[in-house]
Amino acid sequence: MNVLTAIYNYSDGILTVKLNGEIDHHSVRDIRVEIDRQICFYRAREVLLDLEAVSFMDSSGLGLILGRYTRVKENGGTLKVQNPGAAAQRVLRLAGTDKIIPVVFNRDEHNS
Amino acid sequence: MKKKLVNQTDFSFLARSVNESFARYAVASFCTQLDPTLDELSDLRTAVSEAVTNAIIHGYRGQSHGTVYITVKLFSDRSIIIRIRDKGCGIPDIRRAMTPLFTTDPDGERGGMGFSIMESFTDDLTVRSFIGKGTTVIMEKRLSN
Repeated sequence: MNVLTAIYNYSDGILTVKLNGEIDHHSVRDIRVEIDRQICFYRAREVLLDLEAVSFMDSSGLGLILGRYTRVKENGGTLKVQNPGAAAQRVLRLAGTDKIIPVVFNRDEHNS
Repeated sequence: MKKKLVNQTDFSFLARSVNESFARYAVASFCTQLDPTLDELSDLRTAVSEAVTNAIIHGYRGQSHGTVYITVKLFSDRSIIIRIRDKGCGIPDIRRAMTPLFTTDPDGERGGMGFSIMESFTDDLTVRSFIGKGTTVIMEKRLSN
């Protein structure tokens, strides 16, 4: 219960971070550090945060997304959210995050 | 029609972040007796997660020796009342705390959306808080028929 994992796939200059599990304040702490490390390692200019396999997300997920967005943008890159489920979309819309961060639906490509 | 109490549970747990998922699953599991839709259940889980996280991070300021208390009441008119209480530090200015994007923890990446989510994912939200005594969040969700 409550295990959040990430699979990283870097190709053609795009780092895809496929999150799997539940995003809450507890689960997000370690994964945040790991994602930052991967962004730094690949010097990724384009990051896709894939939420297709995220079964739960509260405002800790917003923090995770906004935090990475700010970091990537500071380095001149872009970040997009990919395939969020209905519940995650509601949280993103409520916070207005979807107006700042592009949300894309692409269920065939970029899946590792 | 006067609403009647159908069922009630009271439970408590240490203010450890690992218990956030336990709390939302326990509440959701109890509420399934009223046969909510998946969306309603998802709303409840999210709202409970926000309130419990606030109790742990802000109420007890991450000190895990505190206790979080939850009461869930199910009523005959398909309404649910969830009370989440801590005996932590209390909120000095509730109105300000409930303002979207307001956070006392800018480095923690929490975003200040907790109360907004509780408000929008339930039908009624009441917050009572006393400095040094703690905070009680009461949420009501009315399920569709």
